[in-house]
Amino acid sequence: MHAAHANASGIGGIRTAGDLVARMQLNRSMKIGPAKKHVADKLHISVEDIADPVVMNELREDLDIGRVNEAPGVAKGMDAKFRIARLLDIDINSVNIFKEKIERDI
Amino acid sequence: MGKIKTRMGDGFKVEMTEAEVRKALEEGTQDAAERADVEALTEDDLKQLFEIYASPYRMVGVEEGNEVVLTYDSLNTKIKRAQISTSKIQSLQVCERALGADTLELAHIDYSYKPVKPIIPFEKPIMEQAVLITIPALLYGAMPNLGLYSQPDGPCPNPADLLPNGKIAEARASYEEAAEYAISDMVYVGSEMYESGADGINFDTTAAAGDAEFYATLKAVEILRKKYPAMGIQMGMAAEFVLGMHGEIEYNGVRLAGLYPHKQIKLAQEAGVNIFGPAANIVTSKSLPWNTARSVTWTKACTDVAEIPVHACLGMGVGGVPLALTPPIDAVSRASKAHVEICKLDGL
Repeated sequence: MHAAHANASGIGGIRTAGDLVARMQLNRSMKIGPAKKHVADKLHISVEDIADPVVMNELREDLDIGRVNEAPGVAKGMDAKFRIARLLDIDINSVNIFKEKIERDI
Repeated sequence: MGKIKTRMGDGFKVEMTEAEVRKALEEGTQDAAERADVEALTEDDLKQLFEIYASPYRMVGVEEGNEVVLTYDSLNTKIKRAQISTSKIQSLQVCERALGADTLELAHIDYSYKPVKPIIPFEKPIMEQAVLITIPALLYGAMPNLGLYSQPDGPCPNPADLLPNGKIAEARASYEEAAEYAISDMVYVGSEMYESGADGINFDTTAAAGDAEFYATLKAVEILRKKYPAMGIQMGMAAEFVLGMHGEIEYNGVRLAGLYPHKQIKLAQEAGVNIFGPAANIVTSKSLPWNTARSVTWTKACTDVAEIPVHACLGMGVGGVPLALTPPIDAVSRASKAHVEICKLDGL
């Protein structure tokens, strides 16, 4: 059923910029239009392109914010989220906790 | 006049004439409008719905540009329920990398806040590890499930035993006591998981046990929002109508019994919810066009007043998706497209 919704209506998760748009909804309660525009503006692409897996796969690789097909050396999890937080100008809870942990006095 | 292949609310196929489908759509929206005292769907909306159900294609989808964000309830347990031998984190990775999930949700197989409480020391390390190796926002989710606080499962006298004996005041007192236990558990689990790195908390199937459960969840949201101003909070409802099991309980001066989605969302916003999920239960003996018209009517009334993103609940047995363990793609995709485009949804 998840696959059916994803195919019928979903943006596409990390295949595209779906995860980035979702973060704007969850972090800032943005409705879908403003959330898509915010992401598109930050990525310097059109709103249409944020749901295009071909455009976004290349862009995600260039920005090193994680993508479906992993390659050696590319951001895969926390490292990708550090970069996403900076790119979208948002706070990501796990990133902040991670920073706090590594910066704690030894 | 051609026949249209569709399904009943239980998922079984049925053939209807074009006139029968149009009649079902009109009756569905009228039923919803009368029950909730909201506007029925417009002629254009009904025409769009008819075209969606009249489509001969196995699967339909939204127009390019209308894609929305997907959030999930109990995401990793869907893999567990299929008895696929993967860990919780592996299940999340499958959803992230193979199923195009925009968000992720970690959950316990016994999907209620109360049973999560004693296993928090085991859930937290999973959350801590999961946030290291996944990219999308990761929520922790469970159901408020007030029923678990009544005897014999919980500490409170069972209102279902008290009410038939005319002990209305005692039953109400029991619901109020149960609500306090539930608030405590939801705040505890929510706090622990957020401090483990979760991006947010999902309160799924809210108000399944009625108005006292809705009250408990709103209070838990209010407390968590005050404690963690940046926390993502999602609330998905159990049904279109809040059952008045208590009957008098209020939140911010509003009686909760009998509220429909367009009024539920206002209280959710006041409490501090970021994403709200209205739900409309399927009537299995009615056709999908009837059911979807009904659900779209309530959901549209909700999005019309929403100030926060609305992710309608379109799982098994809600929102025009048949009550079947293996929902057919034709039915899911039609319900999906209809809700997203007619209701101007922000997500599902």
